[in-house]
Amino acid sequence: MSGQRSAFFRTGADWAARHRAAATTLVLALFPLIFPFHTLAINILLFGLFAAGYNLTFGYTGKLSFGHAAFFGGGAYGCGILIANYDVHWALAIAGGILLGGLIALVIGLLATRTRGIYFAMITLALAQCVYFVFFHAASLTGGDNGLRGVNVVRVELGPLQINLLNPLAKYYFMLGLVGVAVWALARILRSPFGAVLEAVRENEGRARACGVNIEATRLLSLVISGMVCALAGALNAINLSTVAIDSLSYQTSGLAMMLTLLGGMGTFFGPFVGSAVFLGIEHIVTGYTERWQLIVGIVFIVLVLFFPKGIWGTILQRYAK
Amino acid sequence: MDISLTLIAQQLVAGVSLGSIYVLVGVGLSLIFGLLTIVNFAHGALFMVGAYVGTYVFLKTGNFWLCLVAVPLATGFIGLVAERLLIRPLYGRGPDYPLLLTFGLAYVLMDVVRMLFGVQGERFDTPEALQGAVDIGVGMFPLYRLVLIAFTAALMLALWLFIEKTRFGLIIRAGARDAQVLRVLGIDVSRVWLAIFGLGSALAGLAGLLAAPMRGVSPEMGIPVLVEAFVITVVGGMGSLGGAIAAGLLLGIVVSMTTLFQPEMAELSMFALMALTLIVKPQGLFGRKGLLS
Repeated sequence: MSGQRSAFFRTGADWAARHRAAATTLVLALFPLIFPFHTLAINILLFGLFAAGYNLTFGYTGKLSFGHAAFFGGGAYGCGILIANYDVHWALAIAGGILLGGLIALVIGLLATRTRGIYFAMITLALAQCVYFVFFHAASLTGGDNGLRGVNVVRVELGPLQINLLNPLAKYYFMLGLVGVAVWALARILRSPFGAVLEAVRENEGRARACGVNIEATRLLSLVISGMVCALAGALNAINLSTVAIDSLSYQTSGLAMMLTLLGGMGTFFGPFVGSAVFLGIEHIVTGYTERWQLIVGIVFIVLVLFFPKGIWGTILQRYAK
Repeated sequence: MDISLTLIAQQLVAGVSLGSIYVLVGVGLSLIFGLLTIVNFAHGALFMVGAYVGTYVFLKTGNFWLCLVAVPLATGFIGLVAERLLIRPLYGRGPDYPLLLTFGLAYVLMDVVRMLFGVQGERFDTPEALQGAVDIGVGMFPLYRLVLIAFTAALMLALWLFIEKTRFGLIIRAGARDAQVLRVLGIDVSRVWLAIFGLGSALAGLAGLLAAPMRGVSPEMGIPVLVEAFVITVVGGMGSLGGAIAAGLLLGIVVSMTTLFQPEMAELSMFALMALTLIVKPQGLFGRKGLLS
């Protein structure tokens, strides 16, 4: 009996491993049915996508970036400004946000890939801070310190279907539709020859170069794709909150992506969403009791690096592989 | 606006004094990187802790000279403990882990300071003996900033003598070139690294103390400093002390001059300088090609 059950479980796990995007979307679709806090569920979904985008750079390409806030915030402001200041249709505005995030990633990537090794972390942090200052000073467009207000999308019409975004559950499934597309695209890229090249570059740069891989172009393209995914997460977050805070460009936002990825398991497909759910769930509970959340974040960071570098999902996968 | 030659000369000296802080921060970061190949993301937080320890000691004793001793001892001690307990277990596990760990350490240091001193920040008045201004030939200039320049110059001279003329300095230079050979020669490399991390942290704290009368003191003051230190490292070349000094002064002058002509562009000018360096000379002004690629 137990053998049968384990065989059933194995078949299911094999299916999930082969169809990672479908499995991820399925789990995310079932999630709000067992998780009653729908507003929190939306945050988990969007920051999970942010971390999944970050994971492409950090986990799969092996580059530690401290600047992904620039892509997330760029997407948020790009989408937010189009909606709030120019009354653009939400779909076009999201596309605009993705475009802006990708453009910022391209510029940062062009500069950061001029050097190698550990420089990448420093240059991405510095340039992301530069983006912060640019948006901060362009107050007439971005609202500066006060943030951008009025990113209002109340109703979405998809043919005969009308979605009321004031209902959290409806909003969750609307967002999931777009997150699902991004997750599918990520899975598709990672399964492609380009995905294999990414991991080859991560594992052994010299050997990949000897095989004729253009390392710099590979990393640049990976960063731009990663930036566009993070920008989508940012754009959706702008619609979710109806505002964009200048903090979404701050270095803590980059730290958050790093934290979620590390906690869930870097270089694993589903890990970022696990990290997002665990982290935001704990944050939701803990911040009710203490103001010392940042202290806890720091300690968790240190403990993860020292004792638990594979993260939650990475450890589970390792167990299962045995 | 009428911009005279005197004004430019004054702004130049102001740039050098601003650059002195950058030099102290950059040299500490470069020293740690040159030997341990660790980018210390807690460097800005140690700068901030230095400013707070200084504020506290100054409030209690009113003696600025005592601060100059207490602050490097305090942040140096934090550096020693962090290296021994947290960073040493990570050696040999790839260059990314120490970065992540020190990033987390910065969160911890910032929140501990918030817990002890509150979130709103403190004022740090220039010590009375160093208030006032002196005539430097091109007009009056704040005495404190002149002392800051002289102090930094003296400290850099002492550091240079220490590295070039002492036995321990010889070990440092050898360690920066090839730690493996140093180990073969029977020198306990981990103790050298410990000392260097402590020294770098002490310099970060000292920089924070000296910057406090100019910049004010708050738990978040370390964040822009970390960014500035990175810009200096990229411009000067990673792991090069001479590069850190040159880039620190250059950055101070560039920011100061931009403030004179286009105040709103001052923050962006340093990123422009960094971008320009990356385009023209990616390894930095004094960086060796292929170092730590």
